[in-house]
Amino acid sequence: MALYLPFLRRRIGFLGMMNSTLSNFKTSVLSEKNSITTLSDFCNSFSRRFYSNKADKQFDFIHNGGDSKELNFPGGIVKFTSELKFLADVPEERIHCYRVLDDSGQLISNNFVQVDKEIAVKMYKDMVMLQTMDTIFYEAQRQGRISFYLTANGEEAINIASAAALSMDDLVFPQYREAGVLLWRGFTLQEFANQCFGNKDDNGKGRQMPIHYGSNKHNYFTVASTVATQISHAVGAAYSLKMDGRDACTITYFGDGGTSTGDFHAALNFAAVMEVPVIFFCRNNGWAISTPVSDQFRSDGIVVRGKAYGIRSIRVDGNDALAVFSAVCMARTIAIRESKPVLIEALAYRAGHHSTSDDSSKYRPIEEIEWWREAQNPVTRFREWLRGEGLWTTQAETELRDSARKEVLHAIQVAEKVEKPTVKEIFTDVYDVLPSNLRDQEKSLRETIERHSQDYPIDVPL
Amino acid sequence: MGCGVSRLDANGMAIPARLRPIFLQRLEEIKLRRQNRHLNAGSTPSKKELLLHAMDDDDNASHHQHSPRASKSVPSTPKKGDKMSKTEIYGKENGIVANIINNNNNKDDDVVAKESNSIGKGKNDPKESAIEGAKANMKDEDDDGNERMIGHEDDDAFPGSPSFRVYFKDINGEDDHIDDNGKRDAFKDAVSSDDGISPMVVIRREEDMLGIVRQRVACKANPVSSLEQGIRLIASRAFSSSAKEMTVRDALNSALDEEMSADPKVFIMGEEVGEYQGAYKITKGLLDKYGPERVVDTPITEAGFTGIGVGAAYYGLRPVIEFMTFNFSMQAIDHIINSAAKSNYMSAGQISVPIVFRGPNGAAAGVGAQHSQCYAAWYGACPGLKVLAPYSSEDARGLLKAAIRDPDPVVFLENELLYGESFPVSAEALDSSFSLPIGKAKIEREGRDVTITAFSKMVGYALQAAEILAKEGISAEVINLRSIRPLDRSTINASVRKTNRLVTLEEGFPQHGVGAEICASVVEESFEYLDAPVERIAGADVPMPYAANLERLAVPQVLISSCPYINYFVF
Repeated sequence: MALYLPFLRRRIGFLGMMNSTLSNFKTSVLSEKNSITTLSDFCNSFSRRFYSNKADKQFDFIHNGGDSKELNFPGGIVKFTSELKFLADVPEERIHCYRVLDDSGQLISNNFVQVDKEIAVKMYKDMVMLQTMDTIFYEAQRQGRISFYLTANGEEAINIASAAALSMDDLVFPQYREAGVLLWRGFTLQEFANQCFGNKDDNGKGRQMPIHYGSNKHNYFTVASTVATQISHAVGAAYSLKMDGRDACTITYFGDGGTSTGDFHAALNFAAVMEVPVIFFCRNNGWAISTPVSDQFRSDGIVVRGKAYGIRSIRVDGNDALAVFSAVCMARTIAIRESKPVLIEALAYRAGHHSTSDDSSKYRPIEEIEWWREAQNPVTRFREWLRGEGLWTTQAETELRDSARKEVLHAIQVAEKVEKPTVKEIFTDVYDVLPSNLRDQEKSLRETIERHSQDYPIDVPL
Repeated sequence: MGCGVSRLDANGMAIPARLRPIFLQRLEEIKLRRQNRHLNAGSTPSKKELLLHAMDDDDNASHHQHSPRASKSVPSTPKKGDKMSKTEIYGKENGIVANIINNNNNKDDDVVAKESNSIGKGKNDPKESAIEGAKANMKDEDDDGNERMIGHEDDDAFPGSPSFRVYFKDINGEDDHIDDNGKRDAFKDAVSSDDGISPMVVIRREEDMLGIVRQRVACKANPVSSLEQGIRLIASRAFSSSAKEMTVRDALNSALDEEMSADPKVFIMGEEVGEYQGAYKITKGLLDKYGPERVVDTPITEAGFTGIGVGAAYYGLRPVIEFMTFNFSMQAIDHIINSAAKSNYMSAGQISVPIVFRGPNGAAAGVGAQHSQCYAAWYGACPGLKVLAPYSSEDARGLLKAAIRDPDPVVFLENELLYGESFPVSAEALDSSFSLPIGKAKIEREGRDVTITAFSKMVGYALQAAEILAKEGISAEVINLRSIRPLDRSTINASVRKTNRLVTLEEGFPQHGVGAEICASVVEESFEYLDAPVERIAGADVPMPYAANLERLAVPQVLISSCPYINYFVF
């Protein structure tokens, strides 16, 4: 017996899981009463989600009742059909893309969430700041002052508008092209520069590549280089928010390429099954480094996947800040009120190279990039709307651009002069408390430095 | 069992013979739960039921698989008669054949035979303890001169096999009355006077020692062999003051229960942990006690629930992630290494990851290469992780509690075959505040002549080997590592400095293994104290074979009597 158990357990486990997943929907109403008695008060409103599917329910399908028009299958009733027809691989029409502003920044409908004037102006200022920061940091990398950089060109609206729609209590699990979210939350230019230069004032103690920002204070989790792992982390963190009964959700960003990973599928499925308050924000920018979406997947983008997992989904115009803002606002409400995941697919072209290690003109026409930069620029479009609302002037524009440039340059100059983290920081934080073997290593390192002090770099303080 | 129950499933499909026991068990459990919906899930009837089925399973297994396997498991011998007699022995000895392999100079053979005989005499009752039984076997084997010779041929056929270079001086002889230092001096004199022989290779005894002391667990249906029960007896003698016994399973279950009750942030997540009560029943009763929000049955995606666990740990929960076996943790290794182990460092201490990854690790019985690997060395190689491997119930309780309370990610490697083992537990260990320090090894048995390091199940083997060696006058010190990372180098080195010899024992692969790291540490720190080359005993350097006879030979064993027909593997 023991010989085959693991195999069988997995198999039986799978069936059981399938049953429970499918029957979740059907039994949810019945279970309401049961679960409330066993759960603490805070989760009463969400009690359905904590209901455990009892085995006897899963076996309901045995008693099928003899109705030949439908099948009482685990998960719900399925109607029979005599039509031999497969579901279409390609839909007759692609899923529509929600937008509020047209290409020239004019409102095309009133079906959007209103933005306060101050918020709208701050959104624009931050978009410009992000643009400026990207331009100057990119140049700094080209001059060899930092080792790596990655811009958010073309995705400024996604960055800033989605951040503006969230509350500071919401947890952000970024990919790497979301510096704007951190900017919106108050991470200073100096902090950005310190991270990129890896100096001793860097939040990350100089341990990570440039652009791998992270800040506890801003509820922004440290960027991981591994693609898409953050999606499942966001689901886990959302689960803890749910257990705490907090009035907050998590949001996780990822690109179109990231949706090909196993983590994406696992995370969406788990989020649906566990019913957690998470917003999956896919930045479909058309390219995963050099891989176009046509080589990445054959579905109608990402938005259609949500349906397969039982997750509410929407496609928005990523170059339309108001559309992104409205979609994230609504998604946040759904996520928190109903404790359910939401999937947003934002379409916005990656108007820059993937990173400083990439030259995208090698694999895509420069005219294509230019068209997106000019005709679909999210910053310009939002500015035109602000102008139309009387919230922005040409003079304000000039002043903003000027001061932004100065601020960024200043931050870089300061960061460059700050000394590097001390030797001690090589060993801290591997564990919560420094273990003895690392203490020994540090001692040994210091002895070596002492013996060879003439060879030791002067810019690394002891 | 089963005569009253149809062997068709609910859809009228025939259930394959292999599936039957577990299917029926599942069905029975469901029936029971329906009847006792208002009762506790941990109530006795289901336990009884389980027991019944377990027995039934054993029956099935032995009929369908084990008998033929047992006969197959005897490697080729020239005489058919010999083969038959071996099969008989398996049955007679409750599935255990224990032997000593001769791996000596030819001139010593006679002496071995005589000695073995003398040990074996008068102990022929198969109902005696396994060790006694094994001795009885020894006599049978030695009576058959041919077999012993065949054994030698096998040895020669495997040039790698005479690698038992654990040499002990003869302490049965005149040295008996000399104290520790005196012995060493005498030994060193002997070495230096032995011209032409490398001073590190000194063969002073007739029998080979630890390297060949291995156990064979012949019968899959009864993996917890009576030989191991023998160890338990030894262990219980050492703890004679303590009154209570507890299985490792109960130890883990109670530790989880207490930690969940003490800290509402602790929750357990994994496949089958809830409704099914755990694939190995470690989480039994927890679902009913803590509810489905804290005992989370998940879809089958290790990468998914591990990542989600890590995310939950990022935001302050304390997840315990159960892998059905650590082999499946390979699906999730990105999250264990890249997400859990490195986050605290990469975020400069902003994100700590208080998470426990636990589940059975290493070889079980008859589950093939993809269910049998030991991952101690893998996880032990990664900074940021802590890696624990309990042996006894006290270890299991103390270390699991420490792991759950720890602010860092902990990989907790259990052993399936130990789950059902009972160990005595002290009153202190039963206290809910009990915990063991991470990074501290335990000296399970003190000794003077050789240090044996082991972890998890192999600690039992090491204790058993030490017991056998003690009868021969060799005092072995057994170190139960408990913690693979951090590794308790100081305890190991202190012990080696005392005994001057080291044998490392593990189930995993030899290359870059835990033993390799221990050897390196001892060579770095205590080289001048070593009187003999360090010996590593590890699993065979091959994916685990499924066939029972091969599988048996692929992991370390304790052989007690001479076993001439086995091609043995020691690396």
